Amino acid sequence: MDFKLSDEQRMLEETVGRLVRDTYTFDARNKILESEQGFSTDMWNQFAELGLLGVPFSEEAGGFNGGGPELMVVAEGFGRGLVVEPYLATVVLSGVLIDKLGDDAQKEQWLAAIIGGETRFALAAYEPRGRYDHTVVETSAKKDGDGYVISGEKAVVLHGDSADQLVVIARTGGDADARDGLSAFIVDANADGVTRKGYATIDGLHAAEITLSNVKVGGDALLGEEGKAIDALEATLDLGLITLCAEAAGAMEVACDQTLEYIKERQQFGVPIGKFQALQHRMVEMRMELEKVRSITMLAACSLDAPADLRKKRISAAKAQVGKSGRKVAEEAIQLFGGMGMMEETPVSHYAKRIVMIDHWFGDREYHLGILETLIDVDDHAA
Amino acid sequence: MDINYTPEESAFRDEVRAFLNDKLPADISRKVKEHKRLGKEDTVRWQKILNEQGWLALHWPKEHGGTGWSPIQKHIFEEECAEAGAPTVLPFGVNMVAPVIIKFGTQEQKDYYLPRILRSDDWWCQGYSEPGAGSDLASLKTRAVREGDHYIVNGQKTWTTLGQHANMIFCLVRTDPDAKKQEGISFLLIDMEKSEGITVRPLITLDGEHEVNEVFFDNVKVPVENLVGEENKGWTCAKYLLTFERTGIAGVGSSKAALAHLKQVAREQQVNGKPLIEEPHFRARLADVEMELMSLEMTNLRTVAAAEAGGVPGAESSFLKIMGTELRQEITDLFRRAAGPHALPFLPEELEGDFEGPYVGPEFAASVASRYFNFRKLSIFGGSNEIQKNIISKMILGL
Ligand SMILES: Cc1cc2nc3c(=O)[nH]c(=O)nc-3n(C[C@H](O)[C@H](O)[C@H](O)COP(=O)(O)OP(=O)(O)OC[C@H]3O[C@@H](n4cnc5c(N)ncnc54)[C@H](O)[C@@H]3O)c2cc1C
Ligand SMILES: Cc1cc2nc3c(=O)[nH]c(=O)nc-3n(C[C@H](O)[C@H](O)[C@H](O)COP(=O)(O)OP(=O)(O)OC[C@H]3O[C@@H](n4cnc5c(N)ncnc54)[C@H](O)[C@@H]3O)c2cc1C
Repeated sequence: MDFKLSDEQRMLEETVGRLVRDTYTFDARNKILESEQGFSTDMWNQFAELGLLGVPFSEEAGGFNGGGPELMVVAEGFGRGLVVEPYLATVVLSGVLIDKLGDDAQKEQWLAAIIGGETRFALAAYEPRGRYDHTVVETSAKKDGDGYVISGEKAVVLHGDSADQLVVIARTGGDADARDGLSAFIVDANADGVTRKGYATIDGLHAAEITLSNVKVGGDALLGEEGKAIDALEATLDLGLITLCAEAAGAMEVACDQTLEYIKERQQFGVPIGKFQALQHRMVEMRMELEKVRSITMLAACSLDAPADLRKKRISAAKAQVGKSGRKVAEEAIQLFGGMGMMEETPVSHYAKRIVMIDHWFGDREYHLGILETLIDVDDHAA
Repeated sequence: MDINYTPEESAFRDEVRAFLNDKLPADISRKVKEHKRLGKEDTVRWQKILNEQGWLALHWPKEHGGTGWSPIQKHIFEEECAEAGAPTVLPFGVNMVAPVIIKFGTQEQKDYYLPRILRSDDWWCQGYSEPGAGSDLASLKTRAVREGDHYIVNGQKTWTTLGQHANMIFCLVRTDPDAKKQEGISFLLIDMEKSEGITVRPLITLDGEHEVNEVFFDNVKVPVENLVGEENKGWTCAKYLLTFERTGIAGVGSSKAALAHLKQVAREQQVNGKPLIEEPHFRARLADVEMELMSLEMTNLRTVAAAEAGGVPGAESSFLKIMGTELRQEITDLFRRAAGPHALPFLPEELEGDFEGPYVGPEFAASVASRYFNFRKLSIFGGSNEIQKNIISKMILGL
């Protein structure tokens, strides 16, 4: 076992760290939040220049050949700055799925466009009825000559409002909740029949409700084999979960640091409030929750090559831990700041919002505990 | 021991219910139940209806226009109001400054202010906290210097709830900077409309709402008649007021109403083709909240019953503040969980009373995340929960 980052991983960490520290200040971020698209194209171009948009892709595709730990390092850095650009949506959720399922032509076309920063994607997988369950897919794709006609509704599609292209998960066979029969298609976000209701989310991101009505796509829009997308989809979503957990770890770290700094400075009753043991212990508990999240995220990030059951067990455990620990850290941070913690002008309130709401993306604590419960008997040392 | 309501108490409940059924405007209760934004007009309209019935001033003695109700009656009333979706009465006038005026004010002050409070002529706000004086309220710095028949007030108050609508503010000000901190404070009533030198600036909370303000005083002239109680004895008024601030703090009525709504939502939301209420994790947490609520309700009733003779509870109200606020916060946590991914969309327009839809997610989901974050305030204001624990340690446990 070795917990040290490799030289390459450290370089990646430094690159992201410098970018966030130097350019992603609280004020700069607030300006970005106010913009209509909700993220900065300039920032996106910088990600491209620094090679960040290629982290999980193979070197042949022009990427960095990174895996779980590399994405973890990047996402932690983003979490520290509460970065709102559509990295998860484009690079991780869509790019990785294209990489896993696409043929050479598709990869060449789309991965190059992602890595270069020219095209942004969103993964339209979850549906209103399924909530956090990606297997509940009622959106259908019916054969139509060489191509398909897609119809259905997608809920809370992360960055679906600004994406140029969508990866749509649709059913080409099987019952509404079946694992078999799911296919992935690339759909132009502005195609006829695609309607998007975009909005900001309370944690500073953007999303959309997307309706597809009789959207026609060619045969070359299908990624991989018809009806066989589930394994690749789940492996991709797992990578997305790792990214989210790492982002939570980064954000929790800053929330803890800012709270610590505040209780050392804020004076009441003639002393810094950090002198009150009641608050010292609370601060210690926050730090413990942070350490748990850091640790379990590492475990999850290093489990991508484990057998599927073990991988899922660890990743669901990590996401559930983030839900539990994140709530605690966020609530305590606000509480220890007192009235200041309630203010929009106080950075820690933005961290608190992001940390709590990460629980609502791709399965909350209860959802992932439910998965974990089905996997208790999977031997944790199998790997 | 008999935990059942007496026939008189049950009859009282029926009377309250009939009144609410009859007089609570449907447009207002709809907003309350659907967690839409309430305007000043909504609150004032409801307060006038309550006043007409003689039911506005729950905690005043009868001779000043109070109800003279027993604590149990007040409890029943609050519970019924919450269930019916009545808006919360603005506490600053009727439940905070009025008891202070009744106890410490001059006859002129009583004659002038109390009827105005009953008629909702004035919108009051509370000028206690300052940037440097939150939990340590007695360290406040806003200065009032006597000059002839006026005080000249300079300084800043903050977190002033709904001060943007207010024409009156009651303030704690320092009149003797040399005395021990609690001993140089006075209680002043300040007219925000007629006085010059007052600036109110909005503070936006993390849910994007304008609920609190900063209030600046720059050489504001306040007539000496606006002093309540003796000069430098304001701390006595302040503490007396805080005991009133904590009545009803348990929020049993509103937690009951919120829990009922939550259950209804959980019956309607589907997870895996089954109602959310049947999902084991969610159901276990609902059961836990039920348990806590039963304990809280009984603790609340025991506390108010024990205080029946004395009017308001003492340090025991600190237990109620902590238990009550933690429970209300827990319920908002469950609401956001019930909404699932649709807790994420942040669409403030969906919280307007006249919003017609369509909603992006289920209708109830529109407010849940905002409310969850907004309700973090409950454990911060009115004496933070840590301060309440310090009070219990000292006053009840003798530590
Ligand atoms: C099963 C067992 C095995 C032990 N084995 C060993 C051993 O091998 N070697 C050895 O040297 N000792 C041993 N101890 C002793 C142990 O270290 C002491 O019990 C411990 O240090 C607490 O001291 P105390 O019992 O005097 O309690 P106290 O110090 O009187 O503490 C009583 C309570 O007050 C709390 N408290 C005390 N000070 C503070 C503070 N400043 N802030 C907040 N809370 C505080 C404590 O946490 C505790 O809850 C053992 C004790 C037990 C129970
Ligand atoms: C939404 C909102 C509305 C408000 N409305 C009003 C209003 O209308 N009028 C008004 O006057 N005020 C109002 N307040 C202010 C409120 O009363 C203060 O926020 C509160 O008293 C806490 O003070 P503070 O914010 O300065 O926090 P601080 O006092 O700085 O406290 C920060 C943290 O330290 C803890 N702490 C402080 N001292 C101790 C101690 N001795 N031991 C242990 N822990 C301690 C606190 O519990 C808190 O967790 C409002 C506040 C909010 C958030």
